[in-house]
Amino acid sequence: MAAPEFTVPELKEFRTIPALQPDAMAHSKPHVANEKINAAIGFPGELVENWQEKAIDKMGDLLSKYRSLKVYLDSCVHCGACTDKCHYFLGTGDPKNMPVARQDLLRGVYRRYFTPAGKLFPKLVGATDLTREVLDDWYKYYHQCSECRRCSVFCPYGIDTAEITMAGRAIMDSIGLGQKYSNEILGKVNRIGNNLGLPGPALEDTLQGLEEDVKEETGLDVKFPLDVKGAEVLLITPSADFFAEPHIDSLIGYAKVFHAAGISWTLSSKASEAGNFGLFNGSYEMMRKIALRIREAALELGVKRIVVGECGHAWRVAYSYWNTLTGVGAGGDDPFARQLQSQLDQRYKQPMHICEFTWDLIQRDALKFDKDANDHRIVTFHDSCNVARASRMGDTPGGQFEIPRNIIRAVANKYYEMPHGSTHEQTFCCGGGGGVLTDELTEIRVKGALPRMEALNHVVQANGVNFMATICAICKAQFTKVLPYYKFNRGMVGGVHQLVSTAIRLGDK
Amino acid sequence: MTAATIFFAVLFYAATAILVAGLAYKIADYARTPAPLKIPTTPAPTTNSGVALRMLREVALFESLFKSNLWIWVFAILFHGALLLVLMRHLRYFTEPVWFWVGWVQPFGLYAGFAMVAGLLGLWARRFLVERIRYISTPSDHLMLALLAGIGLSGLGLKFLMHSDIVAVKAFFLGLMRFDIQPLPSHPGLYIHLTLVALLMIVFPMSKLLHAPGVFFSPTRNQVDNPREKRHLAPWAAELDTKN
Repeated sequence: MAAPEFTVPELKEFRTIPALQPDAMAHSKPHVANEKINAAIGFPGELVENWQEKAIDKMGDLLSKYRSLKVYLDSCVHCGACTDKCHYFLGTGDPKNMPVARQDLLRGVYRRYFTPAGKLFPKLVGATDLTREVLDDWYKYYHQCSECRRCSVFCPYGIDTAEITMAGRAIMDSIGLGQKYSNEILGKVNRIGNNLGLPGPALEDTLQGLEEDVKEETGLDVKFPLDVKGAEVLLITPSADFFAEPHIDSLIGYAKVFHAAGISWTLSSKASEAGNFGLFNGSYEMMRKIALRIREAALELGVKRIVVGECGHAWRVAYSYWNTLTGVGAGGDDPFARQLQSQLDQRYKQPMHICEFTWDLIQRDALKFDKDANDHRIVTFHDSCNVARASRMGDTPGGQFEIPRNIIRAVANKYYEMPHGSTHEQTFCCGGGGGVLTDELTEIRVKGALPRMEALNHVVQANGVNFMATICAICKAQFTKVLPYYKFNRGMVGGVHQLVSTAIRLGDK
Repeated sequence: MTAATIFFAVLFYAATAILVAGLAYKIADYARTPAPLKIPTTPAPTTNSGVALRMLREVALFESLFKSNLWIWVFAILFHGALLLVLMRHLRYFTEPVWFWVGWVQPFGLYAGFAMVAGLLGLWARRFLVERIRYISTPSDHLMLALLAGIGLSGLGLKFLMHSDIVAVKAFFLGLMRFDIQPLPSHPGLYIHLTLVALLMIVFPMSKLLHAPGVFFSPTRNQVDNPREKRHLAPWAAELDTKN
């Protein structure tokens, strides 16, 4: 299918707030999951007969389980602070991509069915019946949100549109209106162990090939171990790292770090995926089920530490939720969690981000670098939203910003920051996060990347930046696709450990 | 005892009951509903005292709004700060003897009345002038501003244009509090002011004014960032653990 035709927004020197263009993106929606895809993960195959009633029931269920949803649907005062904060709004001008308007699609229905004011005076308070039109709007606009949480930084009540989007998607899944891309991936990870559906033998082949490549490059036997019992570290990384460009260069970087530090490690064929799309669809149960595979693998392999590779939402799930979901970390109290606690080395943070791991080694002088090897690169760093706004690294708040930058500065000489307001907790999403990284959504992905592209253009023009490092598999895939739309080289994006890989000294070679 | 006195006595008893019961219900509901996952917007404090400080900055200084939009922040701080002073000033109608600090607040509270209305008009103007905010505004958003501005203007009117017998007003409210109803002065300006206030009390627990208790229950703002160190588990989620 040919990509839909659309105009790529123009890069401006200073960010401007677009005028409203109602329904500018009303044609954008992802493919609907078919019966087979939905059935595989326990959702109704197609839109159920009494979907209206079921949707309201599901909303009630979610309201009783999630304080965030209840408080956020009640608390918005329509102040407008968030209206110019969403990258999808900035890129499209579609008013329904303003966070508050996106929330109101669900809030209107909440008011109508769950609040006295909305039951009595719907028109007055913006309450709406759940009609087919409203459902269609949910489907369109809850798939034009990357759950990046930028709006939640700016909301005076901390209202997080991601929570609303997740609830919207969970409701739609429950009535058989699931999204093909995400639900297909959920099926694969449950069936095979990773989002790409790469089976064990194929993974083994790939890793063997990598060993040969690295041998050719360095002359050294850098290993990419799979299912090695008794290894010190279990590395859980996004499956894109196994084959996609530029992801694979970071995987090589991790392997070199382990090699140089002399720490034994392994990948797992059972848990060969750090990504967890259960997050995107707001399904606690699904998210837990996927995370449990990692716990099982850790127990089977008898590892002492769990380290997570470069992936934004995976790190959110690992850092913020794994302990809750599976008892990795401290305080779990079911038999498996207790077993895991006693097995894991609690002197280390569990789980640990690969950047924490590498930075720790750098600080202890355990790694040596030839920084000049990166001199052909003029580097900037793109903070990935889930790392920036939904997790942490290190011991102090903001470590998630400092540690990757510290690594970059340790391995490369030329580094520049993108403009204030587009980095750290105010970072702009790549435009492809949260389960929208699919071809039929190319238009919204390209337009949503506009604020980031403008910020990048700034340092390209001013400093000659030619490499944007990031620590997220989705960011890498998304930028590789959208950079050319803005006349940038797709090879500009890469991982932090790709830089590490270039500069690290291995042995006496 | 005039009919108006009885009407306002009943109205304020009802409004107070609705306000208190409604808020108690909503607060209990928020408190009862679990937050199953750790979702603080990071960077977030890693200790309870850090969270208390973050919340204090949020409710006293509107920290996030300041980062977000200076105009909204200016009008919002003006309105809320002034409202606080005005409410403090009004405590003199409900205390006998009047608390010493309520005495000190009196002159500030007086001018705060103007600041409050100015802040409200600023916020209201945005709903007309800024296209994005015009788009998201519902009739109730306008009515809420009208209600608050009406309270402010009628209050200022009572002070500067058409005095009422405030000693009698105070006797009326002290009487209400002691279930000993005293006559309310007959005064149309006063009637308007009090009706609007009662209306505000009634709509409070079923409107967006719930942002006031809501902010304290917002998981992105009130959670400690310590998921690796401490397991966070909601009761309904803990049940899943037993099914392994």
